[in-house]
Amino acid sequence: MRETEMTEGRLQAAERAHRIGGVILAVESVSLSFGGVKALSEVSFDVREHEVRAIIGPNGAGKSSMLNVINGVYHPQKGTIRLQGREFNDMDSHEAAKMGIARTFQNIALFKGMTVLDNVMTGRNLKMRASFLEQALWYGRARREELEHRRAVEEVIDFLEIQHIRKTPVARLPYGLQKRVELARALAAEPKLLLLDEPMAGMNLEEKQDMCRFILDVNDHYGTTIVLIEHDMGVVMDISDRVVVLDYGRKIGDGTPEEVRGNQAVIDAYLGVAR
Amino acid sequence: MNVSFFFEVLAGGLLAGVMYSLVALGFVLIYKASGVFNYAQGSLVFLAALCFVSMLEGGVNFWLAILITLAVMVVLGVVIERVVLRPLVNQPQITLFMATIGLSFVLEGISQIIWGSQPHGLELGIQDVPMEWLSEKTNINISQFDLFAALVAGVLVAALAVFFHKTRVGRALRAVADDHQAALSVGIPLQHIWTIVWAVAGFVALVAGLMWGARNGVQYALTFVALKALPVLILGGFESIPGAIVGGLIIGASEKMAEVYLGPAVGGGIESWFPYVLALAFLLVRPQGLFGEKIIDRV
Amino acid sequence: MLYREAGQFKSSYAEDQQIFPILQDRIGMIVLLAVAFIVVPTIGNQYWLSAILTPFLVVSLAAIGLNILTGYAGQLSLGTAAFMAVGAFMAYNAELRIPGMPILGSFIIGGLCAAAVGIVFGLPSLRIKGFYLAVATLACQFFVLWAINRVGWFSNHSSSGVITAQKVEILGYTFATPVSKYLLTLSIVTVMALLAKNLMRSETGRAFMAIRDMDVAASVIGIPMMKTKLLAFAISSFYCGVAGALYAFCYLGTVEPEAFTLDLSFRILFMIIVGGVGSIMGSFIGAAFITLLPIFLNLASDLIASALSIEIPHAIVSNVEAIVFGGLIILFLILEPHGLARLWQIAKEKLRLWPFPH
Repeated sequence: MRETEMTEGRLQAAERAHRIGGVILAVESVSLSFGGVKALSEVSFDVREHEVRAIIGPNGAGKSSMLNVINGVYHPQKGTIRLQGREFNDMDSHEAAKMGIARTFQNIALFKGMTVLDNVMTGRNLKMRASFLEQALWYGRARREELEHRRAVEEVIDFLEIQHIRKTPVARLPYGLQKRVELARALAAEPKLLLLDEPMAGMNLEEKQDMCRFILDVNDHYGTTIVLIEHDMGVVMDISDRVVVLDYGRKIGDGTPEEVRGNQAVIDAYLGVAR
Repeated sequence: MNVSFFFEVLAGGLLAGVMYSLVALGFVLIYKASGVFNYAQGSLVFLAALCFVSMLEGGVNFWLAILITLAVMVVLGVVIERVVLRPLVNQPQITLFMATIGLSFVLEGISQIIWGSQPHGLELGIQDVPMEWLSEKTNINISQFDLFAALVAGVLVAALAVFFHKTRVGRALRAVADDHQAALSVGIPLQHIWTIVWAVAGFVALVAGLMWGARNGVQYALTFVALKALPVLILGGFESIPGAIVGGLIIGASEKMAEVYLGPAVGGGIESWFPYVLALAFLLVRPQGLFGEKIIDRV
Repeated sequence: MLYREAGQFKSSYAEDQQIFPILQDRIGMIVLLAVAFIVVPTIGNQYWLSAILTPFLVVSLAAIGLNILTGYAGQLSLGTAAFMAVGAFMAYNAELRIPGMPILGSFIIGGLCAAAVGIVFGLPSLRIKGFYLAVATLACQFFVLWAINRVGWFSNHSSSGVITAQKVEILGYTFATPVSKYLLTLSIVTVMALLAKNLMRSETGRAFMAIRDMDVAASVIGIPMMKTKLLAFAISSFYCGVAGALYAFCYLGTVEPEAFTLDLSFRILFMIIVGGVGSIMGSFIGAAFITLLPIFLNLASDLIASALSIEIPHAIVSNVEAIVFGGLIILFLILEPHGLARLWQIAKEKLRLWPFPH
């Protein structure tokens, strides 16, 4: 990113710093293995409310696995995950969603047979109370809910500037827009904690700038705590408050972007020569 | 509980199972090589048997009739690959499965228009009578024909196993079954491979058609043997040749036993659904079958 | 010219969410309903009403049921006929054994019993997918048919398993004529189609489609897999059950278990493939197509026979029918997997611009 934008980014970071609250997510000594392969070894870190936490590291370091553990898709063999003080190791992804965790995926997990609007509306499913009978009759509570949630979803759609494609089937959209729709779906759930798995993978510079802007806006506007996996170091340094560095399933660095950038172990494993 | 009767039922069931395996083998071949679950396999069996028997009745020599039918099956395989499979190359499995359902209707219609719809008898020279020396010695009746069918199946399986694991073509087939794109990228000619596979499957269908036709007559009901093969495949796994045999034995045996020992208690006729319910129960415990490969869902 | 959307602005979300947001579509629907409810009974002859239109409506309802399960929720089912059989026989038994049961109540009971069977045979869907699930539904198909045949209670211990549907009487009026049966069937089917459409455009429909498209992701965003899949089986089977009851009471009259074979299940599957998976409208289009095709083929063969002065045996015609069915399925799967409904949509999009090229 260019110099002026980096300065602006840092100013915003300073402003955001005072908003950051207490610990919302605590990962304690988590170990995860698949068969003989150890994906994560005794990883511990925390995430504070309203902050943007990045997880970085070389490929195969266990970043996606870490996200999957937080999200309930994988269950760690050892260690604990604590969300807002509540322990949950054996919760599955469905329960994690109920607890206010939303996420996007590395390979886009949109529902290819539906339109953008429908996809984002599915993000509201946990908030819908009407039974299927009421929905069939399109009466009373079902009808009201449908309109209410449509309104909420349209706000998210406006926010992420995808109004013009709301009725397009997602399969027809270019990759960058699909990623944005996936973000919209995650946001529609009004999550406490948002997990983003390489949200900028495969994007060109412009798309990355847009996505950065959106992520920061989400953090500013909604106050959502964000944990993201990212490879672009410029992005990471710019938008994150704190960074965790993983390598071969172990944590080798934890701190502010500047601290991590100067950490020798991190430089050796991942960053290369310090700039 | 009469022990020799039990053995008779068991043996009869096992051998009936071998007959199912013959049909299941055709499914496995095609699934192994192209990932397509070919619902039309039963129709292929029917078509092969009908073609062969009509030529026999027309006075054609036995072995010549076999050769001609084989040629017909090969040509059919080529046509099916070109017209049905190639246009659907990247579609999900379900789509291909439904296409083969459509294909089965087409094949049955064509067979009956060309060769008519009356039942035909088929004589292979081996009678469906108990083996005398066995019945005399042990009071167990096992049909000569069933044993012959088991022998044929055994030879066929051995030949196929050798083909798949020892020949170059067999290796190419296994590569294609694993990953079409990867196979293409190392230069394996996909179209030729699929043609070979469908031809071999056609041959297997012919053998199955001969066996089943000799036992039950060549008639429309023959198409339903395919439906019997499905539980066999579930038990044995869709990609496994030994699985087709083992699955067939299990299904055949349990079906006969259930019919004889459980049937009278519930009014009989349970062989129409028992194999399916058994397969279903098995699926719940082990979705990939005895020999199949585990299915992993990655997000 | 005719199909312009220009000037039709939606100023509220409620307007945007209508089933037929475009005025011309609404008018078209009203005209269609008027024709169906008023014109057809007035001018239609007995044969068409009783032998073609009424069964068309019945299989449309079953097709909607199958579409809900296979088209929207992505769970392949080959047991549609079995669910219809449950509906038919249980409606008969409800009418027979519960004194004073109104006929519509019996239909609903038939549907609910079918739904229960659907849930039981849908349980495997929690562990297995794709055509493995199809095999499970085949188990259902064979088992149900066997049970209805062997367990005497279902057919009131008639020796052949055949039942005779009771007369349909609502509030003292007996539906005995083809016209009255047609109108009753039409009413029930229309109402149920509307309910289905509402359901599919609400959260339930979206949850079904999410399960179909990527069930792991659906679970991650909070959609409960088990509940949703079983609900799909239940609702779908309910629809097939009511269709079965209508089949027995308003069309067949004398019902044997053999009316509900695997062949019927395939026919209904063909209807949704040709008509359009994931489309309520498509269920009707496909049902119409598959119902009318044999009639058309018969007519064509009669014409050819008389034109060429030859005899075309019936067996040939029915085999040609099989070939055409099979061929159409393959053709549609290759060319337009979303069926005639999609083709209709494309046609409408082109019509929006007509007579301008773009």
